[in-house]
Amino acid sequence: MAFKDLIIEKIKKQFEKSIEEVKEFRGDLSITIAKDKIVELARFLRDDDELCFETCLDVTAIDWATRKNRFTVVYHVYSFKNNFTLRIKANIDGEPPQIETVSSIWPGANWYERETYDMYGIVFLNHPDLRRMYMPEGFEYYPLRKDFPLLGIPGSLPLPDKLE
Amino acid sequence: MENKKNVYSDEKLLKKLLEDKNITIEDALENEMVINMGPQHPATHGVLRLVLRLDGETVLSVIPELGYLHRGYEKMAENMSYIEYIPHTDRLDYTATMCNNVAYVLAVEKLLGIEAPKRAQYIRMMVAELSRIAAHMVAIGTYAMDVGAVTMVMWTFREREKIQNIFDRLAGARFTTSYTRIGGVANDADDVTLKMVRDFLDQHQSALDEMDKLLLRNKIFINRLDGIGILPKEDAIKLGITGPNLRASGVEYDVRRAKPYLFYDEIDFNIPTQSEGDCLARYYQRGEEVRESVKILYQILDKMPGGEVLANVPKHVLPHKTEIYTKMEELIHDFMLINYGINPPEGDVFFSAENPKGELGFYIVSNGTGYPWKLKIRSPSFCNLQALPVVCKGAMISDVIAIIGSLDPVMGEADK
Repeated sequence: MAFKDLIIEKIKKQFEKSIEEVKEFRGDLSITIAKDKIVELARFLRDDDELCFETCLDVTAIDWATRKNRFTVVYHVYSFKNNFTLRIKANIDGEPPQIETVSSIWPGANWYERETYDMYGIVFLNHPDLRRMYMPEGFEYYPLRKDFPLLGIPGSLPLPDKLE
Repeated sequence: MENKKNVYSDEKLLKKLLEDKNITIEDALENEMVINMGPQHPATHGVLRLVLRLDGETVLSVIPELGYLHRGYEKMAENMSYIEYIPHTDRLDYTATMCNNVAYVLAVEKLLGIEAPKRAQYIRMMVAELSRIAAHMVAIGTYAMDVGAVTMVMWTFREREKIQNIFDRLAGARFTTSYTRIGGVANDADDVTLKMVRDFLDQHQSALDEMDKLLLRNKIFINRLDGIGILPKEDAIKLGITGPNLRASGVEYDVRRAKPYLFYDEIDFNIPTQSEGDCLARYYQRGEEVRESVKILYQILDKMPGGEVLANVPKHVLPHKTEIYTKMEELIHDFMLINYGINPPEGDVFFSAENPKGELGFYIVSNGTGYPWKLKIRSPSFCNLQALPVVCKGAMISDVIAIIGSLDPVMGEADK
């Protein structure tokens, strides 16, 4: 059995009701899961003897702007044993949009989640160090959201006070 | 006015540093102290700021802080056509421009489902490997300079300069090359260029030996790196470290072998690894990778096939400039591509390539228009810097300099 089918079969068996979509495009396998199951799925993917997804390569989000579930959080995880990259997605909504952190499972996700928080304002619950990554603390906007203008908002990033 | 203060205070950061013990700043010599290294420190490779908590000269904890460039490359990508974005990939890892160009166009080609002709792919492989050598030369040279061996930086930049001359002839630019095109490369590599590459390779081996002689018989250099900044294999995997830093910790993972792209599966090369995972291992690792690249380049030159360098896919690939001036069809296609973009199908792809710094990935979401709906750059330097708090713990403050150099971050990439 191909490894792809094995993943789909195992995940479907384990998370029968929470799987929203399984899709393959240009050879990339992506699995969409209910947002409250993300940590459970992450732990399962890492700890299963056959799957062994030990590394989180990337965490990011997509802002769909007009859709009901406005944001999709996207994870790319890699299995050294099987040489396979899997994409996990979770749709979230609300203001602020919230999802549980996976940095307890994959410590490498720590900075990527901070980056996603910084750029999209997605709050990762129970994250050990959820601070802004690139923008200064206290910056009110989230630059990669679709409603943030390309040229920026005048006055949103004031210069520091002049020393007397 | 209130708001202004708020923006620039680092209250949260300070709170985090002080959380387990109060520090009396007045009596610094008797106590633990918090100091800043960077963002203008000469050894922090650009604009990296480290907040260090010290007991005497021993580092108790480190918090790396990014965010000084604010170039917003991912935002810009959403407002540009796929072709327009190629020059911006140069500016990511500016020591290895060609590698970025190649990785980006391969990601777009994966999204489109097209393939460049074989000769174009071989040329891409050639420039990517040359670029890798150039980037490792910068890495080794500046690394040696960080720990005091200034001669080395002259020697490595001399080698890099020869590669820039090849790029100058091939791409018309030495530094910001923007050489690849979707579906191929900008210009064909003529015989003179290929000869230049071969000449460069012929003398490069002995240059590498000379560099090794200079550094590895230097007791100061060895003592400053041996056993310093050890990154264990398990931690490296957990933190998502890639590239030479991961292989120096003993994991035999190279994207060129694991998920072969271009024609790397036709080339015979080894993946060197080290077991120690310390600063010296990371120096050896880069040196050995350069030697492998030389081996790969000789094979590429021997196997270089003939033929076209641009794919014949009129809806997605820009036609040759000469044809635009003489043929109506090509003129129309050029007009459509420039004005409306290449319009890939709806969907999302993740493509990653082996860069000198590690695994560079592009995640592209397309909604069917000429602009990407989202383009995320998985940059290796950003992720590799996450190792700093782990490897710096318990080191001396002067070791921090050596450790940063050994991880070889490029802030252009970490601070997108």
